[in-house]
Amino acid sequence: MMEKFELLRVENLHKTFPGVKALKGVQIQVLSGEVHALVGENGAGKSTLIKCVMGVHKKDSQSGGIYLEGKECEITSPHHAMKLGLGAVYQDVMMAKHLNVAENFFLGKLPNKLGVIDWKFAHKKTTEVLQELDIDVDSKCILGSLSIAKQEMVAIAKIYANKCKVAVFDEPTALLSTEETVILFSLIKKLKEKGMGIIYISHRMEEIFEITDRITVFKDGEYVDTVNTVEVDEDKIIELMVGRSVEDMYGIKKPEIGKTVLSVKGLSKKNVFDNITFDLKKGEILGLFGLVGSGRSDIVSAIYGATSFDKGTIVLNGKEIKVKSPRDGINNGIGFLTEDRKHTGLFMELSCRDNTNVLSYKQMSRFGIISKKDEIENADLFMEKLKIKTPSMNQITKNLSGGNQQKVVLSKWLSNDSELLIIDEPTVGVDVGAKVEIYKLLESLLFQGKSIIMISSYLPEVMGLADRIMVIAEGKQMGIISNDEYKLGNFEDEQKFIKHASGIV
Amino acid sequence: MVSSIKSQYSKFFGKDKKGTQSSVVTVAVVLAILMIYLTFSSDVFLTYDNMFNLFRATSIYGVIAIGMTFVILTGGIDLSVGSVVGLTSILSTMMIKSGTPVNISIILALFAGIAVGVVNGIVIHYGKVPPFIATLGSMTVVRGLIKLVSDAKMITGLTESFTSFALNKFLGIPNLFWIWLIVIIIAWFILSRTIFGRNVYAIGSNEESARLSGINISRNIIYVYATSAMLAGVAGIMLASRLSSGIPTVGSGYELDAIAATVVGGTALTGAKGGVIGTVLGSILLATIRNGGVLLGINPFILEILIGLLIVFAVIAQRGSGK
Repeated sequence: MMEKFELLRVENLHKTFPGVKALKGVQIQVLSGEVHALVGENGAGKSTLIKCVMGVHKKDSQSGGIYLEGKECEITSPHHAMKLGLGAVYQDVMMAKHLNVAENFFLGKLPNKLGVIDWKFAHKKTTEVLQELDIDVDSKCILGSLSIAKQEMVAIAKIYANKCKVAVFDEPTALLSTEETVILFSLIKKLKEKGMGIIYISHRMEEIFEITDRITVFKDGEYVDTVNTVEVDEDKIIELMVGRSVEDMYGIKKPEIGKTVLSVKGLSKKNVFDNITFDLKKGEILGLFGLVGSGRSDIVSAIYGATSFDKGTIVLNGKEIKVKSPRDGINNGIGFLTEDRKHTGLFMELSCRDNTNVLSYKQMSRFGIISKKDEIENADLFMEKLKIKTPSMNQITKNLSGGNQQKVVLSKWLSNDSELLIIDEPTVGVDVGAKVEIYKLLESLLFQGKSIIMISSYLPEVMGLADRIMVIAEGKQMGIISNDEYKLGNFEDEQKFIKHASGIV
Repeated sequence: MVSSIKSQYSKFFGKDKKGTQSSVVTVAVVLAILMIYLTFSSDVFLTYDNMFNLFRATSIYGVIAIGMTFVILTGGIDLSVGSVVGLTSILSTMMIKSGTPVNISIILALFAGIAVGVVNGIVIHYGKVPPFIATLGSMTVVRGLIKLVSDAKMITGLTESFTSFALNKFLGIPNLFWIWLIVIIIAWFILSRTIFGRNVYAIGSNEESARLSGINISRNIIYVYATSAMLAGVAGIMLASRLSSGIPTVGSGYELDAIAATVVGGTALTGAKGGVIGTVLGSILLATIRNGGVLLGINPFILEILIGLLIVFAVIAQRGSGK
């Protein structure tokens, strides 16, 4: 093992935006060969710190400094940060999706002879780095054709190839399946062995305990504490983050289960999913667990009408329904909270009010003219009901935190009185406090007699919340497991789910 | 000073501006400063005759720009409006010349214009052709059609009742300006208060979210391009009346003026941001610069350069203030 030395130190950093003090004297220190978790609720200042370090934001002039290997640095631009050996990987990989892997690797500095690109060299060099890190990707692949996980690994390899000393991973597993996360972690461990310092940002506690050496906690733009990971437990960290102890994240109450609401029989789509059959009862949460690409999202979007299917019947409240378009799903009282709320759920440039009301304009208008009063009342109602934190309902949705955005999506569907909610990865990119709030919301929905289908690749969540879990592997239904057959937090039970989801019976 | 104007503005217009108050206010302030400057530096600027001419000339571009605003709000673009101006101006004048009653000629010509928009919408949505290409195609096709039906000849000798409309005024205000005003009010109402209007913003913001929210994309896209073509058609008839003739080449390049007015007025080419009021201010600002340039005797070539720079600068300034 190498001697550990200090790579990056941030001291007493302040950052003020017009009207907001985002950072009030925070600090962090990263050693070589260390994975250092940075945790805190949304708005705690994690991203702001990263952006200051990466040269996106300029720190306040009277603030303390950023030291690289003991030397104070004034980081002026992202490009400058890269030159100094600072790199970042964001959850939605920011690279050129239409170009191939090697081009992405050398973007902006393609090897050339008198302006003619030396492709052979570019591919050779790229392949070398990929092999060194055991990443199974062909340098000639178009980046966009790879899975998100692979794209992320390419991004990481690129940072490594740039001789980066300190790398920041911002929610790297948010869009990954459990299996892909394992691969990502082995990659992170390799980087660590090579002496890189890593700042790891994640909302997922299990990951933090699995991969990191130390944890720094921020709260409301202030530094709280830095602890050795082995010396603390999850409850302790959550306590530091939110200032209160969270007894049991997933402890929601359940109502009496009612009659069957939805009955799906033999739902099939060629090469995507096959013979999916299940019932859903009133007041119940059915979990859908599977790896990314297993077809779980395709199944629910077929039920909603967003995509087509070949065979099978969908019976809602005893009546067979035909869903040919999202409109049909909506009219039948089905709500669909998609996985990627930014791109398929919200209208980011529009206000919270417009996002809440978009499905309900018919009810609040006559001859196509919308009643302003109804609009405002309805939006107000949901802002209050769901405790959406925003200065005003006219706030552009883009400016809200992840948790509040998710609540806005939810309010859109509740405003339409959907009785069956399909929720795809409800807490991706949502901080711990807002997560608990969303779970409580789901609880109150169940008590109102609604039924929920929930997709989650996050096992503790699905195990903690669902009444039954259907496991999907490669489009096939591997079984439906009732929640009295497993225990939350039991390692062997978790392994069983992962095995099922990998297609091992 | 600007901030107090801003707060008064938002009090007055309320909450429907989709967060674009700042860019609208910027344009309004620039326009106000320019007008005050011209009032003091030219004796002619603030005279009834000059204002009459300025607003009459702006009205035709202004109507087209309103239609363009609908299209740009969905994230699209409509290059065919200039040709549609030519189409309705030729068709209406040909029919009037052949003895068809004026009102029927106008209605039929407008339907021809709307048809172009419907085809644009269908090609864009069902053919999945990018709006730029689809409307570039229809722009060329329609211009060809115009020359074909008119034999590329000018049409003159129209009835007085048609040609006098553009010259006359009502309550001291040019008739053409009344038309623009009515179009502005209706368009503002549609965009801010109707389901169709909200759908325009929703589609421009995120088409996939809109589809998953049950919004009928095909119908709304067709409506939007039909609206743009219809308003271009109205402008064509206004122009035919003003020129007292149908000219096959008329309207060429108008699409660029309409886009410029829309963009200067703060509507983002990426969609969902902006609105009618900005476009109206943008139209007036561009017209005032042209008018003021002539009054102050600025070299017209230099004026051209200044307008070009303004368009680019306006977009940069708005991006800055939007942050």
